[in-house]
Amino acid sequence: MKYIIRKFGMMITTLLVVSVCVFLAFSIIPGDPALRMLGTEASPELVEQTRQQMGLNDPVLVRYGRWLTGFLAGDMGTSYNYKVPVSSMVLSKIPITLTMAIMAFLLTVLISIPLGIITAKHEGGILDRCIMVANQIIMAIPPFFSGILLTFVFGMIFRLFTPGGFVNYTDDFSRFIRYLFFPALAIALPKIAMTVKMLRGSLIDESQRDYARTAYSRGNNTNGVLYRHVLKNAMIPVITFLGMALADMVAGSIVIEQVFGIPGISRILLTSISNRDYPVVEAIIMGIAIIVILVNFLVDIIYRIVDPRIGLKE
Amino acid sequence: MKKMQTSLKKNIRENTYLLAGMIITGAVLLLIIVGLFWMPYEPTMMNASEKLAGISLRHPMGTDNMGRDVLSRVMYGSRITLFIAIGTVLIGAVMGTIIGAVTGYFGGMLDEVAMRIIDALFAFPSILLALVIVSVFGTGWLQLLLSLGIAFIPSFARIVRGEVLRCKSMDYVENARLIGVSDLRMIFVHILPNIKGVMASSIMIGFNNAVLAEAGLSYLGVGSQPPYASLGKMLSDAQQYMFTAPFYVLCPGVVIVLMVLGFAFLGEGLARWK
Repeated sequence: MKYIIRKFGMMITTLLVVSVCVFLAFSIIPGDPALRMLGTEASPELVEQTRQQMGLNDPVLVRYGRWLTGFLAGDMGTSYNYKVPVSSMVLSKIPITLTMAIMAFLLTVLISIPLGIITAKHEGGILDRCIMVANQIIMAIPPFFSGILLTFVFGMIFRLFTPGGFVNYTDDFSRFIRYLFFPALAIALPKIAMTVKMLRGSLIDESQRDYARTAYSRGNNTNGVLYRHVLKNAMIPVITFLGMALADMVAGSIVIEQVFGIPGISRILLTSISNRDYPVVEAIIMGIAIIVILVNFLVDIIYRIVDPRIGLKE
Repeated sequence: MKKMQTSLKKNIRENTYLLAGMIITGAVLLLIIVGLFWMPYEPTMMNASEKLAGISLRHPMGTDNMGRDVLSRVMYGSRITLFIAIGTVLIGAVMGTIIGAVTGYFGGMLDEVAMRIIDALFAFPSILLALVIVSVFGTGWLQLLLSLGIAFIPSFARIVRGEVLRCKSMDYVENARLIGVSDLRMIFVHILPNIKGVMASSIMIGFNNAVLAEAGLSYLGVGSQPPYASLGKMLSDAQQYMFTAPFYVLCPGVVIVLMVLGFAFLGEGLARWK
């Protein structure tokens, strides 16, 4: 319990530091937000009035406090370009990006763990060597390129899905999931390869430890030792990695959404970056950071459950 | 010397990963180096009569939707990618090493504060962090280089800090301290040379991540701006012509893959070096 409270405290500190960094990064951008909102032809009086209204004349600390409390209350500011609340633009897109990331994560776990076990069990065998070389190659393919290849092979040749024919979750949930399968696979592929490599190495290391030998000498067979003793220890570094991978997948979906023409967070983020619509960029970045930090916190907790030694060491 | 040479040769012959890595990296480097001195066409030269041409002697990789020679553009784009990746790793490794070494060595309040900031930055996947910085600095290859460089600092700082902490309690450092070695000399002359193995492998991984991140970001259109070529941007332009001109998609993509793969194989081969 003490461990959880301490980790929770650290998570809050990290969140605060992140929010300060994001806020400062967007405050030092040259250019007057009021001017940008009104256009360059606005009269100086109007600009000054808008500055007052937006509270831009207040000291940095006051502005930060207002922004943070607003953010926590769900008010993410107003878009410069569309003059609508950022939350109305962003919130409906979050399920799309998040569903894709979670699907990619599930694919990674479901495929990589059996593969990792198989390769470790047959270490040095022909299957192991083939998978390891395939792994290296898959790791070298950037997700957006594998996304393009998947579109070509499964979308255009086998016609398993219609490229660009995205269906929103509000319209037809099952077709929404089906459309997201290949994007999720594209995100998952390099992560699968990395996880397999990691789990294999970790399993091989652990199986040479003394406790594994003791388990053998007590009459366990290979599978018994593997599943009851070695696997649990070997999973510990893999869990950390999977946590980081989940965070990466949320960010990686930015590129993949672009490849598959999915109108998720990514499209808003990119157009806002090129239009310099900072409140929107700020909100999305902050949102993704919060997700990532939350995931890291959860990983720490799971870590502790899998490996009770963690709490004792500190 | 002769003996060393033969053992080197033997090692390379038996180490398939190393051999494959050397061949692939060599091929990519050759493409880039030749491109420095000679390219079949100007990478930005358009030719309306030869749009989306297939493979031919005149255009070994075909042409793009504006009739530009894909080989020349791949040569130019891979040069930019390599340059940005090297720059990124340099900025990340040098700054990360300094920050990690100083905070790890001195500890205390400075370390606490620096580590919280590094943790916070670490929470951003590097592509996202780079996007934030690009949106502050604007788009272009120099901005991209700076953004990626900054985005890569936290991971290097973390690794170096951990290693410095580990070395700090070792006997040779205690010994050096007894002799009265200054702090700076201790960090740079005594401790850092001892962590070069860890550094080498993280630089290898960092380089590959940098290539992938550069390609991803220029795919999103925040890298070098048209008409200049970048591998990622070529892919995003080519995507809609996938059916009519498959080579226009495949060539830049395969070059990115080879660049990363060659280096990954080299790294794997070096790890197995006996």
